[in-house]
Amino acid sequence: MNIVRRVAATAILIAQKDLRLEWRNRARLFSVALFGLVVLLLLSLAFGPNSDDLQRAAPGSLVVALLFSSILSLSESFRLEREDSALEGLALVPIEPMGLFYGKFLANTLFLLLLAGILIPVTVVLFVVEADARVLLQLTGFWALAAVGLAAPGTLYAAMTSRLRSQDVLLPLLLFPLEVPALIALVKSFGFILTGDPMEQLVSWTKLLIAFDLIYVALCGVLFPFILDEGS
Amino acid sequence: MNNSISGPSKFTHGLGVLGLLLLLTGSVMGLTWAPPEQHMGEVSRIVFVHVPSAWNCLLIFTFACGFAVWSLWSGSRKADSYMVASIEVGIVLNGLLLVTGMLFARPTWGIWWDWDVRMTTSLISLIFFGGVLAMRALIDDPKQRATWSAVAAVIGYVDVPLIYFCVRWWRSLHQVQSTPDTMSPGIVLPMRINAFAILFLAIWFLSMRASIERNRLAAQDVDQPDRLLEGGTL
Repeated sequence: MNIVRRVAATAILIAQKDLRLEWRNRARLFSVALFGLVVLLLLSLAFGPNSDDLQRAAPGSLVVALLFSSILSLSESFRLEREDSALEGLALVPIEPMGLFYGKFLANTLFLLLLAGILIPVTVVLFVVEADARVLLQLTGFWALAAVGLAAPGTLYAAMTSRLRSQDVLLPLLLFPLEVPALIALVKSFGFILTGDPMEQLVSWTKLLIAFDLIYVALCGVLFPFILDEGS
Repeated sequence: MNNSISGPSKFTHGLGVLGLLLLLTGSVMGLTWAPPEQHMGEVSRIVFVHVPSAWNCLLIFTFACGFAVWSLWSGSRKADSYMVASIEVGIVLNGLLLVTGMLFARPTWGIWWDWDVRMTTSLISLIFFGGVLAMRALIDDPKQRATWSAVAAVIGYVDVPLIYFCVRWWRSLHQVQSTPDTMSPGIVLPMRINAFAILFLAIWFLSMRASIERNRLAAQDVDQPDRLLEGGTL
């Protein structure tokens, strides 16, 4: 069995474990989604009640709500591994460390997608946006691209900061600046989807998001074993 | 393991003095000898600080990434000390380029700040590398601190090529890079002199900061002898 297959097998196992734990509890999804809803509600109150203002603010507000909720979700993803030194236990099992990263990353990405499934329809309602099924699907597709780029460095940083005393401050401090290119691409893309794209700029922003994803998914996978070696 | 207190070499101090002399020469030439820019006039003379600090900021962050890879590869404390020194010097240059850029923007663009792609990516690198330093301050174990900050520095470095190329890739308020062919020779020479001056000064600061970091770690080893068993060479 070559290394790619070993990494993939480990990643699937770890992702299954994380998703199963999450499904049995559902506390993380509930609390994170609720937090996202509160952020959207506050932003809609801040920009409203004029429907034109709300529609203009919709793309940015949705991205901010998703980003804030993601931080909560990512920091929670390593909480279980920290308790009872579970991560040290995983590090002792003869599995590929890179597979451990990609498993966590996969579970986090799927979780962020699930979050979008809740927050996007709420944005459509609160921000008076006219959106049919095609628009909703496009918004989810672009969020999926951004979620990959968010989950890769987010998983790596969560692994590092989960063992530090100021995780709540450090994770956003390290992750948010890194995510700005993806965030700008996402806000622009959401804007073009919701208000039209006469200059056909959506393709260039899609390329940026894909490039961002490829760079960070590869780079973070390579760097994760160093974190595991040093932290365990 | 060598725990002796050490400082930068005489060569490095010489480089620093040369840097100061060159900075004085380049700045005087830029203020008196160089012609004013055709459209912007006298205010354009700020480029003799702004552009060299921007070039050197990107270069020093590249050094930081190189030292981070070296640190991950070898676990050497020397690499870690040079990495943290590069990040700190890079942050100072990054701050300098942003401040001089804002001072330049006000009279020429009519605004202090714009969310232009070049300015945004430059600000991102400042905040990100500041975050790496904040993280370092929270980790007590030197080996863990070195590894984790090296990982964060390598990831953050992805922004640096973006700062350079963004003005070519997207429509931007900030101008695309000039070349010596598009500038008067009277502007090119002082700018080059100041670029080397800031580079020499940056290397001087970097070496001094790296030796301070190594001496600090050596002092910690003396205070906590068990750390001597953890490996890593000074």
